[in-house]
Amino acid sequence: MIRIANGQGFWGDWLEAPVRLVDQGPIDFLVLDYLAEVTMSILQKQRQEDPSLGYARDFPPLIGRLAGKLKDHNIKVVANAGGVNPTACARAVLKVAPGLKVAIVHGDDVFGRINEFLGKGYEMPDMDTGQPLSNIRSRILSANAYIGAFPLAEALDTGADVVIAGRSTDTALTLAPMVHKFKWAADDWDKLASGTIAGHIIECGAQCSGGNCQVAGNGADWAQIPNMADVGYPIVEAEPDGSFVVTKHAGTGGRVHSDTVKEQLLYELGDPKRYITPDCIADFTTVHLADIGPDRVSIRGIRGGPRPPTLKLSISYTDGWKAIGTLVYSWPQSVEKARAADRIVRARLAGLGLSFDEIYTELFGLDACIGPASPGNPDPPEIQLRIGVRGQDRKAVDRFTRELIPLVLNGPPGATGFGEGRPPVREIVAYWSALIPREEITTRVEVIS
Amino acid sequence: MKRPLGTIAHTRSGDKGDTSNIGVIALKPEYYETILREVTPDRVKAFFGDRVKGKVERFELPNLGAINLLLHEALGGGGTVSLRVDAQGKTYGAALLRMEVELD
Repeated sequence: MIRIANGQGFWGDWLEAPVRLVDQGPIDFLVLDYLAEVTMSILQKQRQEDPSLGYARDFPPLIGRLAGKLKDHNIKVVANAGGVNPTACARAVLKVAPGLKVAIVHGDDVFGRINEFLGKGYEMPDMDTGQPLSNIRSRILSANAYIGAFPLAEALDTGADVVIAGRSTDTALTLAPMVHKFKWAADDWDKLASGTIAGHIIECGAQCSGGNCQVAGNGADWAQIPNMADVGYPIVEAEPDGSFVVTKHAGTGGRVHSDTVKEQLLYELGDPKRYITPDCIADFTTVHLADIGPDRVSIRGIRGGPRPPTLKLSISYTDGWKAIGTLVYSWPQSVEKARAADRIVRARLAGLGLSFDEIYTELFGLDACIGPASPGNPDPPEIQLRIGVRGQDRKAVDRFTRELIPLVLNGPPGATGFGEGRPPVREIVAYWSALIPREEITTRVEVIS
Repeated sequence: MKRPLGTIAHTRSGDKGDTSNIGVIALKPEYYETILREVTPDRVKAFFGDRVKGKVERFELPNLGAINLLLHEALGGGGTVSLRVDAQGKTYGAALLRMEVELD
């Protein structure tokens, strides 16, 4: 049995979580997921401005903080912290933790190969819209292929203490230690699907151990989940046959229960019979859960199918500008005043001859989150008017940001909440997904120490 | 007997681009059949009104006593493009718990 813990569900997750996982009980592998679709484009921009950047900058100081303990307890780290510059990330790690052996997985970054792919006749149409990639060619910021578990396992096979990847899938981080330790074959679909689903369960950190959970077994609702201030991040106890137990360190807060695990199993799921990864296609309708003890959920029976002949590309591109501004209207008639202010802003923007791809207004405190599904709020004590615009003309978006604050003096009575000043104008980085034959992507492991 | 869905189910929701997914999980195994009968794509689409521009798909996971709903074109463009406060549909799951269902 090996213990694989997830200490980071996204870049920005709780900084203390990985340290506590190492300090509060036994683990063999610490996996850290830093990348979301948008993250790659941010990192690409950082690298363009400074060639020594482009990776998750929280990662090297974390490893510096943990280095001695990783060696003492023989804990291996697998992280997709490399972003678009895994080599720079590895160098930064070695600077603060010179005694560690670091392995880099190369090959996911295809930003420099887009023209080559287009030249070979791959149109790389967007998987949602079907549009050809050539439509946005000049606006691409980053392009990466999702890498599976086997290159990461190969990196672990070198004996590295820390494995740094770029755009690996989130689930591969957890599956890789199993492939490495149990020597699973590349066509052992059921076991690979088991490890993939184990990865899905823990890839969002505490979201399976009490965080964002509505219920947690035995009639407990979210408010009865104990000691969330010290929530334990999840640990998978993986067996060579593919079965596993989800748990957390004894004495930590939160709760691991079949209820909390089910919620995470359903999170960001598409067709449950076809959860497609570079390693296999996992079937979520074959998962069998059992509560076998306090904070212990056993999972077995998972079936999988052959991996697809293609890999998914994650491509980011610029798509105009946006800004979102807010004002608060207080009782009485807060809703009516906010709606009147919205009409005034729209009339003034039209009067200026400005046009946008979209102007979107929400009344925060009434129905902003869920629209017609809201239970309503007949006489709210205050309402935040939230107006967003987006468009291709930066100047128009910038002009919009000057149209809200004047309403404090020249609009409906009772406006406040303008202390933050004009809202910032942000460039929109949109996301494009496409497929490429997997033969086009070759990975390579490099060890440095 | 009409009751809110929240009396028999819990949920979690999230996003994939402009599609929101809502997992609906029976609080007890015996509630699963009721969920299958009551939480239909048409009713979910009607419940969210103009929030869902596309279709609603439903997948069944009897092993978990759960269904997975995909609400297409439901996030104002999704991700970084959306101007909404809840661009990821994080709140849609809890919202659905208010939908009235006929209990057995």
